This record gives sequence, structure tokens and C-alpha cells, in this order.
Amino acid sequence: MNIIKGFRTTFKHLLEEPVTLQYPEQMRPFEARYKGRHHLRRYENGLEKCIGCALCAAACPADAIWVEAAENTDEERYSPGERYAKTYEINMLRCIFCGYCEDACPTQAIELGHEHQLSFTDRRDAIYTKEMLIDPVPSGGKPTPQKVEAGAFDRAIPDMPDPK
Amino acid sequence: MGLTSKLGNLGVVTTTLETAVNWGRTGAMWPLLFGLACCAIEMMSTQASDYDMSRFGMELNRASPRQSDLMIVAGRVTRKMAPVVRQLYDQMAEPKWVISMGDCASCGGVYNNYAIVQGVDEIIPVDVYVAGCPPRPEQLIHGVMTLHEKIKGERVSQWA
Repeated sequence: MNIIKGFRTTFKHLLEEPVTLQYPEQMRPFEARYKGRHHLRRYENGLEKCIGCALCAAACPADAIWVEAAENTDEERYSPGERYAKTYEINMLRCIFCGYCEDACPTQAIELGHEHQLSFTDRRDAIYTKEMLIDPVPSGGKPTPQKVEAGAFDRAIPDMPDPK
Repeated sequence: MGLTSKLGNLGVVTTTLETAVNWGRTGAMWPLLFGLACCAIEMMSTQASDYDMSRFGMELNRASPRQSDLMIVAGRVTRKMAPVVRQLYDQMAEPKWVISMGDCASCGGVYNNYAIVQGVDEIIPVDVYVAGCPPRPEQLIHGVMTLHEKIKGERVSQWA
């Protein structure tokens, strides 16, 4: 009797739908808060949000971020304020995708997106440069460096409403 | 080295042989059951029914290096573990490949200290590095597919 009972369970499972996700073709939807590859954001006019303060590099627990800042001028303006990130590199093999850089950023320049397909055959390929991380120039914006009128973008951090 | 040096360029014969052998190698690559830390949990999840690595010919993780083709170093490698990793790699039969799964295996990750090997490529040659801490099963499968692409590019002249 027990053997029939056992086989009943087996045959019940035979008729079930398989649970396997056919990964490269099918994708499981990600949570909105999922932290994947980083993006460097731009303002609507095309200026970079990153001001090269390197607070993200200071906050990074894995020392994955390398920022080198340079001076902005009104002839060659990359971002509002005094400085911009001349070099911005993230080593994807060091990054632990904790999002502390996102929290530390005073201008919300760096955000962690949903791209997750990060595998490399060479360790050097894992270093993502600024050109690879930065968003394309939005429509209506101009590419950086921009020539702007003097005094228009003196504030590094935009005016924000008081926190509630 | 190998076939081409002995027999000269055989043209279409070696090309077809390459394709067939590389197809065979990518189609049945059994990993070594070798988890070291939290990445191993994701590796188990990749092997389990939800993601199911048998779809890529990785039927099961062998707990014996002599019967496996692929070593997935999943997790941080301590200095004490390093000789063991090297010995297991040496015991694997040719051809063999290594995936360094996760940040710790790839470059030490957050563990920048005296106890952890700063990247498993200090002791064994690594074919594919998978980023993530730990990588999701999707990311590991992507790493496996990257390795398959790499193997498909291998040539007769490179076979040892």
C-alpha cells in the first residue's frame, strides 16, 4: 500500500509546471531598489551632476571608486560649481553594490541602476571609466564641455527645498 | 604545439574539428563542488531548479576534481585555503577552466587584509571574473555564457 502512496506523490509532481526560469531568454523582474551597475546622471541642460568632490570614494567600503577633479571655467564647463570629475573610475570587481556612494553624493549624481550582467575575461575590463558610466546627453541639452555665460552656474549644489 | 604543428594546416578539417570539440566542451562542463563563502549560496541557487544549470550541460557539481572541468571559486580565499585551491586545480584533468565568482575571489573585495588572498588569480589562472557581492544566479549564468563564448573562440593551435 505504501508503494502506491509513494508513487502517487511522484506522479502528482510529474504533472506540475516546471519552475525553471529560462534565464537568458526570460528575466525575472527586478525590485525597484535593486542595486546594479552605476550611472552618472546629467542635468536637463546636459551638464554633469558630478562635481568631483570624491565623497563617494570616501564612503566606499571597498575602495572601488577613483575620482580626480579638475577646475571648471565658464568657457569649458562640465558641471555647475568650481570643479568637475576629470577621471571617474569604478572597479566593478571591487564594488559590492552597497549604494553608500549613492547616499553620500550631495548632488545625486551617482545612482545604481539595474544592469547586472557584469562578467569579464580580463580584470582590466572591469574598470568602468567615466565615459562608460555617464548617461547620454538628454534631448535639448548640449554636450559637455559647454560655453556658458559668466556667473550662471556658480553653485555646485542646486537649490533644494528644506527637508521636512 | 599540437595537431597543426605535426600535420600542417588542414584547413576545413581542423576548423570543423574545432567547432565540434568546442561544442562538446561547452555542452558538458561539470563544475567542481567548491564553495568557500556566501557566494556558494548563490551557486547552489543557480544549480537548483529555479535557474537550473543543467540547461547548460552542468548536470551536477562533482565533489571530485578529477571528474570536473570547471572550477567556480565562490567566495573569499584565505591564505590558509590557497594551497588547497591550488592542489584541487592541479588535480583537475585538462582541459580545465576557472570562474572567479564574486568580488572576494576576483580581487579581495572588501577584505583588504592579511588573511585573504587578494584575487584568486594570484594562485591559479582565471578565465572569467564575475562581479557582484554576491552575484545573483543570473550573473553567474552570464559568466558561464561568457566562458562558453571564450571557449568557442579556442583554436586547434592553442590546444596543449
